[in-house]
Amino acid sequence: MKLVIAIIQPYKLEDVKQELYAANVNLITVSEVLGHGRQVGVDEFYRGVKETGNLLRKVQVEIAVNEDFVEPTIKAIIKGARTGKIGDGKIFVLDLPRCIRIRTGEEGSKAIG
Amino acid sequence: MGTTPPVAINSGDTAWVLVSSALVLLMTAPGLALFYGGMVRRKNILSVLMQCFMCLAIVSVLWVVYGYSIAFGKGSGITEPYIGGLQWFMLKGVDAFSPNTDYAATIPHQAYMIFQMMFAVITPALVIGSFAERVKFSAWVWFTVLWLTFVYCPVAHMVWASDGLAGHQWGALDFAGGTVVHMNAGIAGLATALFLGKRVGTDKQGMHNVPYVMIGASLLWFGWFGFNAGSAVAANGLATSAFVVTNTATAAAAISWAVCEWIFTGKPTMVGAASGAVAGLVAITPASGFVNVGGSLWIGFLVSVICYGMVAFVKPKLGYDDTLDAFGVHFCGGLWGALATGLFAVKAINSNGSGVFDGNPGQFMIQVKACALTAVFSFVVTWIICFAIDKTIGMRAAAEDEVIGLDLSQHHERAYTILD
Repeated sequence: MKLVIAIIQPYKLEDVKQELYAANVNLITVSEVLGHGRQVGVDEFYRGVKETGNLLRKVQVEIAVNEDFVEPTIKAIIKGARTGKIGDGKIFVLDLPRCIRIRTGEEGSKAIG
Repeated sequence: MGTTPPVAINSGDTAWVLVSSALVLLMTAPGLALFYGGMVRRKNILSVLMQCFMCLAIVSVLWVVYGYSIAFGKGSGITEPYIGGLQWFMLKGVDAFSPNTDYAATIPHQAYMIFQMMFAVITPALVIGSFAERVKFSAWVWFTVLWLTFVYCPVAHMVWASDGLAGHQWGALDFAGGTVVHMNAGIAGLATALFLGKRVGTDKQGMHNVPYVMIGASLLWFGWFGFNAGSAVAANGLATSAFVVTNTATAAAAISWAVCEWIFTGKPTMVGAASGAVAGLVAITPASGFVNVGGSLWIGFLVSVICYGMVAFVKPKLGYDDTLDAFGVHFCGGLWGALATGLFAVKAINSNGSGVFDGNPGQFMIQVKACALTAVFSFVVTWIICFAIDKTIGMRAAAEDEVIGLDLSQHHERAYTILD
C-alpha cells in the first residue's frame, strides 16, 4: 500500500479529480495548504511596506492506494495538474504500513478500496 | 451666487434629492461591491472592491469636470440630440443656489447634478460584473474613463437631456435609468465578456462569500429607493408611488427567482433570492414613475423568470463567460423593464406617460426603438474601446497573474489569510 500526496494549483483540482475518476480512483482527501517551491511567492504591500516571499495557496490531495493503482494514480494527477509552468506542484509517494476501516475493523488492502 | 436662496427652491425637495444622492452612492460602495465581491473567487475579491470604490472616485471627478456638461448640457449643431456641449465645464454656470428649470424646478441645479453623478458612478461599476477576475487594473482605469465619456454620457444625453434624441424627440419613457443605466451597462458587459473570452481555470461563478452577496443585495435594495423615488426629483406623491412600486416589484422578483430554482433545481438558494431582488430592482427602474402596484407585480414576477432563464439555460448554451451575469440580469432585466413601461404605464400615476394597457399602443414601439438604439450604440462603442485598450496597453491580465489572483497580482494585497 502506498500513500500518494500531491500538492497542486488550486484551480487544477477539478481537472485532477476528473482524471482520477477516469482512472477509477475514487477515494481522495483534499486540504488547503500554503507554501511555495521555486516560485518563492509573490510580494505584497501593506500600507506601502513591502513584504517578500509570501506563501501561496495550494491544494494538497492525499490518496491511499494498493500497489496496482500507484502508477495510474500518479499518471492521472500529472495529466490533470500539469501546465508546464513553475508552480504546477509535486507528488510524493510514501509507504503505507497499515490501513483500518473504522466501520468494520477490516485491515489492509481490503480496507483501502 | 446669492446668499439668499430664490423662493423657487423647495427645502423638502432639496433635502430628499440630497439624501437620495447619498442613497445611490451607497448602492455602488459598498452595495454593489459586496454583491459582486461575494460572488467572485476569494483571490479576486479585493480587485472587485477596488474597482467599485475607484469607480466612485474617478467618475466623481470626471463628472464635475466635464461629464455632467456633455451628458446634460445643451448640444449644438447636428450632434445636438446625441451629446451636450462643454458650457458647464468645471460646473461653470451650474449654480448651487438656483434651479435649472429644464430638469428640476424646485431644487438647486447642483443638487440635480450630484444626484445624476451617482447614476454615472454606478453604471460603469455594473459593467465590472461581466469582466471580473480577468482584467488588468490599469486597463480597467482606462476603460472606465473612456466608457463614461463615449458611452454613458451620450446615452444619458440621448435619453434624458432636454434636447436628447430618444427621450425628448421620440418620447421614450425611462423614469430612473432602465435603458441609460441597466441595459447600457448590461450590453456593454456582454461586449467585454465576448471580447475577453473565458477566464482561466473556470467558467463558473466561484462564489466565495454568500453572506456578502446577501448584504450587498440588501444595500442595493435600500439604496434603490434613492435611485427610483429620488428620480421624481421632488418629495411628493410621485416619489411615494415610485417608492412603493420599487419595493413591490423587488419583493415579487425575489419570490419568483426562488420559485424558479425550487422548480428547476429542487432547492431555493440565498444567492438566487438575492439575484431575483436585484433583477426586480433593475426591471422596475424605468417603470417606477409610471406604473401602479398591479403593474409592478407583473414586472417583478416576470423579470426573474426571464433572467433566470438567461442565466441558467441560455448562458451555458451560448458559452460566453459573463462572470457575474451583468448581461443576464441588468440587460435582460432592464430590457424587460423598459418594454414593460410601454405596456403598464398609466396616466393616473404620471401624466407624462401611458402604455398599451392604458390605451396608448404607440408607446411600446417607441420603447423598442429606444432599447435598440441603446443596445446597438453601447455594444459597438464598448467593443471599439476594448479594442483600442487591447492594442495599446493590453486589456487582459497575464495568465499567471490571473491564476495567482488579481488581488495579489494587481494590488499586492490579499483579503484573507489562512495563517496569521
